[in-house]
Amino acid sequence: MDASPTDKISVSGLKMAYGDFVVMQDLNFEVKSAEIMVIMGLSGCGKSTLLRHLIGIQEPAAGGIAYNGRDFVNASVEEREQMLRNFGVTFQAGALWSSLTLAENVMLPLEQYTDLSSRDMRALASTKLALVGLNGFEDYYPSEISGGMRKRAGLARAIAMDPEILFFDEPSAGLDPLSSHRLDDLILRLRDSLGSTVVIVSHELASIFAIGDRAIYLDVEHKTISAIGEPKEMRDAPPNPRVGAFLRRGES
Amino acid sequence: MGTQGQKAELIIEPIDGVFSVVLRGDWCLNSGLSEVSGRIVAAYKKLADVSVSAVSLDSREVGKWDSTVMPVVLEAYRLAVDEKLEWRDDQLSDGLKALLDLATAVDEKEGAARLVKHRGLFEQVGDAVIELRKDADIWLKFVGDCLLGMIDILRGRARFRWRDFWLTMQKVGPDALPIVTLISFLVGLIVAFLGVVVLVRFGASYYVSYLVGYGMLREMGALMVGIIMSGRTGAAFAAEIGSMNVNEEIDALETLGISPIVFIVFPRMLALFLLMPLLVIFADLVGVLSGMMISNLMLDQSAPIFIKGFLEAVGLPDFLLGLGKGVFFGVIVSASGCLRGLLSGKSADSVGQAATSAVVTSITMIVACNTLIDYIAATFGI
Repeated sequence: MDASPTDKISVSGLKMAYGDFVVMQDLNFEVKSAEIMVIMGLSGCGKSTLLRHLIGIQEPAAGGIAYNGRDFVNASVEEREQMLRNFGVTFQAGALWSSLTLAENVMLPLEQYTDLSSRDMRALASTKLALVGLNGFEDYYPSEISGGMRKRAGLARAIAMDPEILFFDEPSAGLDPLSSHRLDDLILRLRDSLGSTVVIVSHELASIFAIGDRAIYLDVEHKTISAIGEPKEMRDAPPNPRVGAFLRRGES
Repeated sequence: MGTQGQKAELIIEPIDGVFSVVLRGDWCLNSGLSEVSGRIVAAYKKLADVSVSAVSLDSREVGKWDSTVMPVVLEAYRLAVDEKLEWRDDQLSDGLKALLDLATAVDEKEGAARLVKHRGLFEQVGDAVIELRKDADIWLKFVGDCLLGMIDILRGRARFRWRDFWLTMQKVGPDALPIVTLISFLVGLIVAFLGVVVLVRFGASYYVSYLVGYGMLREMGALMVGIIMSGRTGAAFAAEIGSMNVNEEIDALETLGISPIVFIVFPRMLALFLLMPLLVIFADLVGVLSGMMISNLMLDQSAPIFIKGFLEAVGLPDFLLGLGKGVFFGVIVSASGCLRGLLSGKSADSVGQAATSAVVTSITMIVACNTLIDYIAATFGI
């Protein structure tokens, strides 16, 4: 795999399939350190499936994924576990563990991988919750807070271990424009302060233009990436009509 | 001008080389339409020697209409397309033209339509056998994952969730006592009734205590607790873990490198493993007491006499056999519940299926294993 030293993530020849049904193939792209990369495309094109491959929940039918130049797909269990510790993932609905409070949710990765005392873990969890604007909600259960708050709590859990790479699956889905804007702002600030590389699955234009440094367009028609570049540049000079139609929808 | 208030009519005839389809009357959901689908294609096939070069659709005489008319319009249009005939819609109303445009705007995706396959009996049996094989693979992998999880805990690479363990203990133990009490009490009564009816005929009423003792300690105590826990706890485990699957909580665990087996399965399994013997002892006690009550009420047999007979009949091996079964059944119930939950899909429907499957699997396995254990015990004279 040819990965440049500055490439945090390198995807080469990736093929995603469910049995004989090919979702996407021949996917090649790199994500640089501290970059925000948006995976965009129409509904059902395989954006979330690509994310699930990147975080190791699904295995590729062919091709490779590397983090910091290290092969992820063929890594041993121990190596993969080490790599996973550098990931922070937020899922569409937050995916908080319902039997645990917000603080306990954030503390779980710390309990699992650190030797911090419970008092220190609790303090750290409170800090992470404060970073996402949930100060004072430590002892609430996920069922007691709103969908937007659950997403933010999911983000607090994702940054519990100060990950090198943050993955977001449709962070704005189901949020009103204001909450969505706040979440975008939060992602930008966290990237700037933690220096994390960010991969976001989204089809929300406002988010894509607001925070995406670069974006890839998954083309459902050709089952591969048909465009890669800066979102605003792609909108102003679309590399193909489908990308133009996607990025200019809603314009009169 | 439409013919409002009239019954829907579909007139199909070839006129001067044109396959003419005329719609008349009201075409609404409640217009009493019947068997209109397929009539256009059937009529076209009957044309035999008559040659047509176009399909025309005339809706000028349609009165009230709603989307009920659309399948007929689409059938006529598709016939024209499929048979490469000219499509004439100049006598079609603007509203129907607009709907037709909408319905045909996106081409049918190739291969998207599911083929409805009717399977024969042999194919169904074959599929069931293949499924059994797959099920065996899944169980084998689950057992392997459990062993690896144990090794990880022993090596300090994974942490056991004691909090979840205590919570599960509470849920599966004390909370289950009322139903265990009720069922064991009733089963004790049934076994005693059986003794009263059968043994008294042979003048052997003294041996009712034997029957109750053997029945409860060796068989019914463990079996009934196993079945109760399958329906109560196994189904709850499957539904709970299935819901976690739907909410992507299990995916979230995996992305943290935390084994769902260690995090979710082990606390539940250990809780049932430890609680089942206690529940079996409790069920045995309640069953024997209810049997003693029947013996006293129906045979006028005093408690000391019943207890004497009971102690003559059963020994430590009988008690331990029931206890051992209880532990084994606990593992079956927790493993079935957790495994089916982990394997459930990401829809509400699949959570229900997981719960049902967990109960069916565990009850089947419990009864089958009980039979096997009894056979082994009888063979070795236990």
